[in-house]
Amino acid sequence: MLSRRTRLALWQLGRSFSSMLGLGLVLGIVGLALLGPWVVPYPDDVAGAVNIAGKLQAPSAAHWFGTDEVGNDILTRVIIGARLSLLVGVGITLAAAAIGVPLGVMAGTAGGVVREAVMRLTDLFLSVPGLVLAIALVAALGPGIVNAMVALVLVWWPGYVRLAEAKALSLREEPFIEAARVAGASRFRILWRHVLPNSLSPIIVKMSMDVGQAILAVASLGFLGLGARPPTPEWGAMISIARGYLPDWWWYAICPGAFIYVSVLGFNLLGDGLRDILDPRSNRG
Amino acid sequence: MTALLNATGLAKTYALPRTAFQPARLLQAVAGVDLALAAGGTLGLVGESGCGKSTLARLLLRLVPASAGRIVFQGQDITTMPEAQLRPLRRRLQLVHQNPGAALDPRLTVAQAVAEPLIIQSLAKGAALRDRVAALLAEVGLGAEFLPRFPHELSGGQKQRVCIARALAPEPALLVLDEPTSALDVSVQAQMLDVLADLRERRGLAYLFISHNLAVVRQVCAEVAVMYLGRIVEQGSAAQVFGAPRHPYTRALLASVPRLGGSVPPGDGQVAAPGDGQVAAPGEPPNPAAPPPGCPFHPRCGMAVPACRSGAPPALVDGLACPVSGAG
Amino acid sequence: MSPGSDGRSADTRGELNRPRETLLAITDYRLAFDSFDGTAQVLDGVSLQLAAGETLGIVGETGCGKSVLARSLLRLNPAPPARVVSGSIQFEGTDILTLSEREMRRLRGRRIAMVFQDPVSYLNPLLAIGPQMTDALRGQHAAAREAQPSRAEARARAAALLASVGLAEPERLLASHPHQLSGGMRQRVLIAMALAGNPALLVADEPTTALDVTVQAQVLALIAGLVRDRGLALLLISHDLGVIAASCARVAVMYAGTIVEEAATATLLRGPRHPYAQGLLAAVPDLDRPDHRPRGIAGSIPNLLRPPPGCRFHPRCALATERCRVEKPLLRQVAPGHNVACHHA
Repeated sequence: MLSRRTRLALWQLGRSFSSMLGLGLVLGIVGLALLGPWVVPYPDDVAGAVNIAGKLQAPSAAHWFGTDEVGNDILTRVIIGARLSLLVGVGITLAAAAIGVPLGVMAGTAGGVVREAVMRLTDLFLSVPGLVLAIALVAALGPGIVNAMVALVLVWWPGYVRLAEAKALSLREEPFIEAARVAGASRFRILWRHVLPNSLSPIIVKMSMDVGQAILAVASLGFLGLGARPPTPEWGAMISIARGYLPDWWWYAICPGAFIYVSVLGFNLLGDGLRDILDPRSNRG
Repeated sequence: MTALLNATGLAKTYALPRTAFQPARLLQAVAGVDLALAAGGTLGLVGESGCGKSTLARLLLRLVPASAGRIVFQGQDITTMPEAQLRPLRRRLQLVHQNPGAALDPRLTVAQAVAEPLIIQSLAKGAALRDRVAALLAEVGLGAEFLPRFPHELSGGQKQRVCIARALAPEPALLVLDEPTSALDVSVQAQMLDVLADLRERRGLAYLFISHNLAVVRQVCAEVAVMYLGRIVEQGSAAQVFGAPRHPYTRALLASVPRLGGSVPPGDGQVAAPGDGQVAAPGEPPNPAAPPPGCPFHPRCGMAVPACRSGAPPALVDGLACPVSGAG
Repeated sequence: MSPGSDGRSADTRGELNRPRETLLAITDYRLAFDSFDGTAQVLDGVSLQLAAGETLGIVGETGCGKSVLARSLLRLNPAPPARVVSGSIQFEGTDILTLSEREMRRLRGRRIAMVFQDPVSYLNPLLAIGPQMTDALRGQHAAAREAQPSRAEARARAAALLASVGLAEPERLLASHPHQLSGGMRQRVLIAMALAGNPALLVADEPTTALDVTVQAQVLALIAGLVRDRGLALLLISHDLGVIAASCARVAVMYAGTIVEEAATATLLRGPRHPYAQGLLAAVPDLDRPDHRPRGIAGSIPNLLRPPPGCRFHPRCALATERCRVEKPLLRQVAPGHNVACHHA
């Protein structure tokens, strides 16, 4: 038997078509990523087996989304690419939150010099467009999927500082925080036991939305040649190559593009749905 | 009797943020308050919103630092004591909030909330901790079935009982009760007053009871202090302050309370308005950031003489801060 | 201003002896709230009558449905989740439950006006009082499809209204923003706005709960004066019996979505007949009798998703018998003008 809270959350999720759609899309992508190697029609094509005879075929029963310039099945490569994209998207989000949330909660509860220092540094990062900064960082670090991830984490954490700080600031005035002080709780205990757990809802919502955004950002870097390098099956890098074959071999770009679109949409809708459940003050329509 | 808590000349001044049209201003939330509370004593603090009674409570609990004055608790000067040194004393000085819904962390169960002070002060652990928590809940009339529940599953009265149990956990000598019943329904309020009376009897607690509800204060407190605009304007035994009020503000306050019992004349269907139709005090309390000169109550006072309108606010002499009413 | 005691005793006598024109008649009104947890029967067969110029207080504790009932008169309960199950609310001869939203707008603020507990939330913090009042005045005319008064006319009327609720310097007030006013002044402004449409019925939902006691006394005196001078009917919702005693000739006690007792205020205060009304009175601490210890009512209010069968008060009632557990007591007259819903009254 599920608790009333869980059942209420599921009921709210179920009432909203867009949340269910988001959940469905995300589960679909995650399922494909998990089952990838066992469901793809041409497992050998992942590593970049060359089959020049079958290159650039139009969609057919054998190759639903056609083949690429070396004769690999596009659908196979895109499905396997989902693993990378998801891993990278989730990894960037988790790492950014792991840096940003503690800093933000600390800044919000401590106040004074600590808060000023953390927040001004955050402002500094936020004043430069994230992707531009990431491009500059990758250019300095050298292209590659790991460096792309590092660069994106470095530009991503300030958003979490802002969110966690605002939430912690509002919690600081709550009577239950005062009650903890009266009980003799140390600053660290108040932060860890009371402020952090009560700040999590908006952070989880942001994380859900950010996974989609991070997938998009990694694909953007890949597209610019700064992320994963071919023959790694990465969506952005695939589109980058496919661009050269437009418009005649249009299906080549459509398939990875559609997957990017669907995963970003899915995580955004899911995030919206989570906000409705986790934040009782948000508009429930 | 030695005083459990003794505050002298206590004051709190806040700097208001400077705005485009106004220079920086100071808000005197509490000004020159002297208070003494004996072990096991009950002192009621009454006044309207903004009179500084909640700020005074937070000063005494060292939740906000005092701008001036001295607080001595259990013989130790805690006015500027560092937090680490203060921690063991905090055990003896506990607070019950006005809004029990907000005073409980929504993510902690009842058991966790009541156990927290015991854990922090290292007073119990393991099975002993569980027993202590259950005993505390029993003391406020809650059974063991409440232990695993979350605040949102409780009624307002049940939440306030949990808050009281939590405040009792570290065995305080003084409980500061900040409007403990004002968020509760009247039938629940009556239950809570019973709980508080029982606890005091059993544990010999002292209460500093803050409320705008004069009838409740009269039920709980032996002594009463009336605050207006950051100052105590009248202080004395409950029987004296409520029975024979001397300060014009106290009189206005008492006359404004809508009455049930005594005001219904037998025989006809007539009911009396508050203060028998006479508005006891016209106007509203002034802005504490711009207090009137002289006696802070003079703009609303029917007895005001020219001397009330200038100079320093009248000092509390013999429990009364009104030379005019005191002389007459 | 003294809320004349003569006028009020005349009210009471009128209620008891001389039937006046019925302004409002609520008949067997049932309202449910649908939620994830099921359907809460928030109002369970409420019947009430109010004559023109009469003052009726509704007292009860949190969750008894008094505010929901007040909002029902203006159809302000959002639907869903609110759902009218049965009954009618006749106001000046028409059932407002059957009106269209457009017709309802014509009624709101004109024939029925409402003031709320928290005056801050009902004023736009960004607008000065003047524009808010003139907009409201002009909007009322628009809803009624009448010629709108000019801005200057509307402003003059707004100033007159502010003066009529005892606010000094109305012109200066019109230029002020809500945050510059004290709580008592804001509530007066809202009362002035409520009076704008010349209502026949003023519904006041905890109008003084957010105010200090000295200011509460002023606002209650103001309401009493308006009722007397304008012949307004007043439906005052409060958790505070003292407030109702000071303002209303008649009082209805609500418990868990039902009216359990209704009588002239003095009668009820002197001799409540319903066990819940008795408990409520015994729970109120009396400033003048410190030796009288208030007694609480054992137990807690029922969950309206699964209300107890029969009398909704029976689980907390010392008098409860088998009959109370199965048969819902209906409101019946025990003395002229005194109705009680209890098998034992």
